[in-house]
Amino acid sequence: MTAPESIASRGEEIVEEFELFDDWMGRYEHLIDLGKSLPLIDEAFKTNEYLVRGCQSQVWLKAETEGGLIRLTADSDALITKGLVAILLRVLNGQPASMVVDPDLSFLDRIGMKEHLSPTRKNGLDSMIKLIRLYAIGLSSTSIRQPKEVS
Amino acid sequence: MITVSPHTIQEAGRDETLDRILSDVRKDFPILDQMIHGHPLVYLDNAATSQKPQSVIDRIRLYYEEHNSNVHRGVHSLSQRATEMYEDARETIREFIGAASTTEIVFTRGTTEALNLVAQSYARPKLNSESEILVTMMEHHSNIVPWQILSEQTGAQVKVVPIHDDGTLDLLAFDDLLGERTCIVAITHTSNSLGTINPIEQIVERSHARSVPVVVDGAQAVPHMPVNVSEMGCDFFAFSGHKMFGPTGIGVLYGKETLLDQMPPYQGGGDMIESVSFSGTTFNKLPHKFEAGTPNIAGAIGLGAAVDYIQNLGYEFIQHHESRLLSTAIDKLSEIDSIRFIGQAPQRASVISFLLGDSHPYDVASVLDRLGIAVRTGHHCTQPLMEHFKIPGTVRASFAFYNTLDEIDRLCDALNQASSLLN
Repeated sequence: MTAPESIASRGEEIVEEFELFDDWMGRYEHLIDLGKSLPLIDEAFKTNEYLVRGCQSQVWLKAETEGGLIRLTADSDALITKGLVAILLRVLNGQPASMVVDPDLSFLDRIGMKEHLSPTRKNGLDSMIKLIRLYAIGLSSTSIRQPKEVS
Repeated sequence: MITVSPHTIQEAGRDETLDRILSDVRKDFPILDQMIHGHPLVYLDNAATSQKPQSVIDRIRLYYEEHNSNVHRGVHSLSQRATEMYEDARETIREFIGAASTTEIVFTRGTTEALNLVAQSYARPKLNSESEILVTMMEHHSNIVPWQILSEQTGAQVKVVPIHDDGTLDLLAFDDLLGERTCIVAITHTSNSLGTINPIEQIVERSHARSVPVVVDGAQAVPHMPVNVSEMGCDFFAFSGHKMFGPTGIGVLYGKETLLDQMPPYQGGGDMIESVSFSGTTFNKLPHKFEAGTPNIAGAIGLGAAVDYIQNLGYEFIQHHESRLLSTAIDKLSEIDSIRFIGQAPQRASVISFLLGDSHPYDVASVLDRLGIAVRTGHHCTQPLMEHFKIPGTVRASFAFYNTLDEIDRLCDALNQASSLLN
């Protein structure tokens, strides 16, 4: 198995995509488009249990591992939030869970969406990142234990 | 400060007169003159908080620069000056809302604290598990949660008066619910989410006919229309400084003196006592009995300046101009295909809640912000009301007297852009 492209280099790709647009309208259109590629959470899991509590838009998020690699699925009822979630999942999905424990997401500051990324914006994104990291901590400890269980 | 008589608006040449006053008014609010994301700011979030005129800002600065001191009890000159300014503000507010005496004007942190004060200090000793508290479906959380807490404490039940689909109160249901067990009616004067103006005089009359006291949440009323608590006849009336062009952190509880007098203090501490001893403490006179600790002196003085500003400008201008803002906004917004208004009460303040197609309010407001337009989205602290309409929230444009007709065009253009981007 080849090592997945790093979070930072995937982030860099996204920054370059957004740099193609010279106005906010173009960036927003692209963001909304990206939202369409979000790996959607199974409808059955769109319950309170999987709801990331944000003040305004709702985000549902599910985390699993497949062979030690993280697999996140999600959805949101707001298009802009959905686009932001899609970006996050694009860089994090398929990474070893241990790499998602403290991911370098600094590229988010460089896609011209800064106003959506502050913890006070209450779109659930900040709490979502925290939640993904918590999942990753849990999942990475599970994946470390896995070899022992197999043996 | 130069005191001028409030503007009178004649029928002939009315729009020209309003426009002329408006262009002066805009200059009084320095914050309005700024760019957001490269666009001139259009501030339509007035129901959340209003902007402050220069005279309010100046009054607060003057207080801190020349008169700051702790109020009451001080013998020195500064303390006397600060006390005078603080108590003058109380008198200004008394006159502004038509209360009989300054003993009926309690300074609080805001409407929320005022309502909590009534719940805990007035209602709590009177309620038991047989009692009922009547609120309405359109209340702000600050006129719901204090009663729920009280319900937990006393076993009393909170009963909810429903509303009609257009956002008006169901008065027949109110009559049905107002019963032998009702101990207090807590109702908003003007809905922050829908703009609905409730028939408070009728509510008071019907409640008093059954000897039930009425507490009115007036936070959204005072910025838009003259309020006279004596004519209204309500027992308590609460409002906030920051929604009426004054500072944050200051509000007022008006209460009838006979009621306030029998109520125990809400909080204990300095200023609210007459004498303290370990064998027993006696409390200060009204209204100081309810103002424990050093009060928000600058806030009260700033609120006094806001009242002066409103009175100099005059409600005649405010109401004429806001009524044309509201009707123009409704007309122009109605031209947007996918718009759906939430609340269309015939009697309403200049507050418009709506949804744009299937778009989430968060998306709409994000696009509007990029175009320099400040609106509010979400449940507006009225979650039960949103549940009633089965929606997650709305986009709310709330107007103040400094908004212009051009700003409505900017709002409509921006909504059209949002609509094409989000659909």
